Amino acid sequence: MGRIPKAYLINRLVTLVLTILIAATIIWIIPRLSPVDPAEIALGRMAAGAGAVANSEEILAQLRANMGIDQPFLVQYFKYITGALVFDFGLSTAAFPTPVSTLIMNALPWTLGLMILSLLITFFIGNLLGALMVWDRSPKLVRVAIPVAMVFTSIPPILSGLLLMWIFAAKLQWFPLTGAYGLFVEPSWTWAFVQSVLHHGFLPALSIVIVTFGFWALGMRGLMIGVQGEDYVKLAEAKGLKPRYILYRYMIRNAILPQITAFALKIGLLIAGQVLVERIFAYNGMGKLLYDAILNQDFPVIQGVSYVIILITALSVFLVDLLYPFIDPRIRHEAG
Amino acid sequence: MATQDQIPPTRAERRQARRIRRFDNPWLNPKLLWGAGFLVGIIILGLVGRMLWDLELVFTGSSPLKLPPIGFENLRGQPGVLEHPLGTDGGGRDLLALIIIGAPNTLFVGLLASLIGMSIGIFLGFSAGFLGGRVDDVIRVGADVMITIPPLLILVVFQSAFGDVTLTMMALLIAGFVWQSPTRLIRAQVLSMKQSGYVQMAQLSGASTGHIMFREMLPNLVPYLFGSFIASVTTSIVTAVGLEVLGLGPQRIPTLGRTIYEAINAGALIQNLWWWWGLPTLLLGVIFIGLLLINLGLDEVSNPRLRRLS
Repeated sequence: MGRIPKAYLINRLVTLVLTILIAATIIWIIPRLSPVDPAEIALGRMAAGAGAVANSEEILAQLRANMGIDQPFLVQYFKYITGALVFDFGLSTAAFPTPVSTLIMNALPWTLGLMILSLLITFFIGNLLGALMVWDRSPKLVRVAIPVAMVFTSIPPILSGLLLMWIFAAKLQWFPLTGAYGLFVEPSWTWAFVQSVLHHGFLPALSIVIVTFGFWALGMRGLMIGVQGEDYVKLAEAKGLKPRYILYRYMIRNAILPQITAFALKIGLLIAGQVLVERIFAYNGMGKLLYDAILNQDFPVIQGVSYVIILITALSVFLVDLLYPFIDPRIRHEAG
Repeated sequence: MATQDQIPPTRAERRQARRIRRFDNPWLNPKLLWGAGFLVGIIILGLVGRMLWDLELVFTGSSPLKLPPIGFENLRGQPGVLEHPLGTDGGGRDLLALIIIGAPNTLFVGLLASLIGMSIGIFLGFSAGFLGGRVDDVIRVGADVMITIPPLLILVVFQSAFGDVTLTMMALLIAGFVWQSPTRLIRAQVLSMKQSGYVQMAQLSGASTGHIMFREMLPNLVPYLFGSFIASVTTSIVTAVGLEVLGLGPQRIPTLGRTIYEAINAGALIQNLWWWWGLPTLLLGVIFIGLLLINLGLDEVSNPRLRRLS
């Protein structure tokens, strides 16, 4: 790891492991502090299905043994942590006996796909717009975008999602209201399916894009103002290079680097916001899985989804921190 | 920017100059005033509304269902009526009453959560920056760890385990996740201030640690503290609304997020009941834009270079 000092790497690794461990522990402790007994919920579900349940005491004891909640807390905790390491969160109680990991694996690609797509779009649009705000040859109209970008940045994506849903799905009916693909399309690698996915994913992605591009644009604007005064830009201008060439190859290229660390700070909020967008669009990702699990009091799923999202967040922050010196050779991490 | 020394000044410039003469106080900049005005407006809506409007209408079934606001028609062709100027929802609740109670509730959760979070942040940030050593290590790592955990997900686990919560309880829970940023910010500021002359002077003259922390250093941090406070109010409200939209949060107290949750669940988008989800959304927008304006205004207070004439 040439550019990364060992002390820094160890420090980041410790933080990463601690983050995951603490998050996993909190998620485990909370339901155990609650007066609600998961075995009784399961029994209640049985009773709701069957009318009355005979010898309920025995069933309760058996359910507790199945769920492993009759064992001492330390044993339970150890089992849970070792399970979480290999993404084993037990079986879903609502979709019994599907393992939680299967449900998550089905939902995760949708969430990651939507996230990566909307991130790429906002990163591109936001940074380009931010750069154009500063560039003295860009049309005056771009400057109007500054307050607009600021206002949009202050709004959480569920609000933009609701507005877009209403205008483009309910009113104009250009896009479908909910879901990740059409009801009559078989999930497979056919053009019809891909088309349906894109059609369904457009609004959720757009609602994230319009509230996050401002964040990148404003950050880029600040960075570009700094780069504008640099000597190498002056030199490039004096050499008579084309302004557009200077903009892309000299200014944006240098200004864009700190934006990547900004990404690390934002990612937690982005994922949480996206979970909510998925919930209102009933998009087949983690957000919908989480919402359905909340409705059904399906604790293993709630825990699993929360754990996986926290894991993704922590890992992304960690990776961005480590990759950064490779992207920008001028930066060296201070040890410690 | 360069137009400053052009003669004659434009109308906007003269107006700005007049404004600056009148309010030579950075705390009275227009952004800050407008932002504060938006939030005060929400509070006044709650206070005055409570006096003037019949709050019994907030109960389910107290009014006809799905009436539109005045001047509009719903899908059944019913016009809006004066008794329910903002319309009613699918459960027969008056939206004006819902908003009068719900909007201040949302603001209350945000303010209370960040007030507590800030207090924790100030305490921990000062301790870490001032005492250093082991204490600093523990607090710094703790803040670094907690800052990557999205509060929403932990709170989802909590609230689905415990069921119904009160507004105050929810604020307390959210407060557990908004202390990290202020802690880091204050720690960094304290570390740099510790080296400054006046603090070292105070130390040499034998002032107590408490005196140095709160009488010498804290006043210099006020604009940062306000900025950080507003940022955490935004985070708290976003988190609270997120929980409410997932159907968690207080179950029996009207909040803006819960109204949106009920509207989505009842298919208000398909039924074109735009006022049901639209009015809470609009009010949340007002709150967020108000907070943004306050934040921009505070930036001008703490960073005088942002104060411009043109």
